[in-house]
Amino acid sequence: MSRQWETIGELGLQFFGKISASISHEIKNTLAIMNENAGLLEDYCQLADKSKPVDPGRLKEVASSIRNQIRRTDGIVTNLNRFAHSTDQWMMGVDVGDFLRFMCQLTGRLAFIRGVRLKPEPLSASVKIQTNLFFLEHLFWLCLDFAISMAGEGRTIRLTADALQTGVRIILRGLEGLAGSPKTNFPGRHGKTLLRVLEGELEINEAAGELVLILPKEVSQ
Amino acid sequence: MRVLLVDDEKELVTTMAQRLALRGIDADWVTSCEDALKSVEAESYDIAILDVKIPGLSGIELKKKLEEKCPGMKFIFMTGHGSEKDYKEGAAEAGVEYYLVKPINIEFLIEKMHKVLEK
Repeated sequence: MSRQWETIGELGLQFFGKISASISHEIKNTLAIMNENAGLLEDYCQLADKSKPVDPGRLKEVASSIRNQIRRTDGIVTNLNRFAHSTDQWMMGVDVGDFLRFMCQLTGRLAFIRGVRLKPEPLSASVKIQTNLFFLEHLFWLCLDFAISMAGEGRTIRLTADALQTGVRIILRGLEGLAGSPKTNFPGRHGKTLLRVLEGELEINEAAGELVLILPKEVSQ
Repeated sequence: MRVLLVDDEKELVTTMAQRLALRGIDADWVTSCEDALKSVEAESYDIAILDVKIPGLSGIELKKKLEEKCPGMKFIFMTGHGSEKDYKEGAAEAGVEYYLVKPINIEFLIEKMHKVLEK
């Protein structure tokens, strides 16, 4: 068992690093845009210094663009902060609909760079579970990573969940590539360990192009 | 000098294109690999400034495809990723001299573009 925890810890750190790297890249992009906009404002000031006309409308556009990028960066940093707090408690209540939206925001760029969009769909009712949030995020990323590689022509993965008497069923749809694809080792040894710890189950429905993650209302340990 | 800017961040490439235009440099921009390939079929460019990670292809794969369509075209990469070591290795792997880290100083970029084109 201790080997299992070591594996979870080591690969958990890798997962944390992967998400942090992706987020830092997103922040670099927003900074780069703000940098260019600030530079453009300086360019306009230099034109004005040389008594060349500068359209005030353009200045407003640049200011608005900077404000939009600040708002975007604030959202990215808020997500990073929330992700960093995932390890605060061993067990915590998780609103599954909110969790799916958050994971789409957190990993959206990793999917986008592979040409896939993640789309959380509204749940018919609120579903809550008690679980280890960081392990769940990690396991769910393994599911998303697999789903992205199996995304069909629409290149959109739709995420939803249904309440079960015993917990929740999270469904990833749009995996048309599952049909006829060669066997993979998903979820792998590490994914299986996380499933055991979270007392979850995975179902792959090739014909429907779906990956289903079933989780209990409350992890027993 | 004709420049093609390729990055999936539209606001970045449009603003860079405006700033280059103010300095007398003719720059077009695209936000996807497909559009980059279409652009070089329709127009002739001296140099492309490519993001290392663009949806569809990696920057290095895109560079190879652009080189096939437009022999003699020069390249500079830009990235928001990695350490200095990564950039040096990335530049060597990509076969480019300059692998610039975002945010980029426009005057520095122009200086590097001139250096690449002089060779």
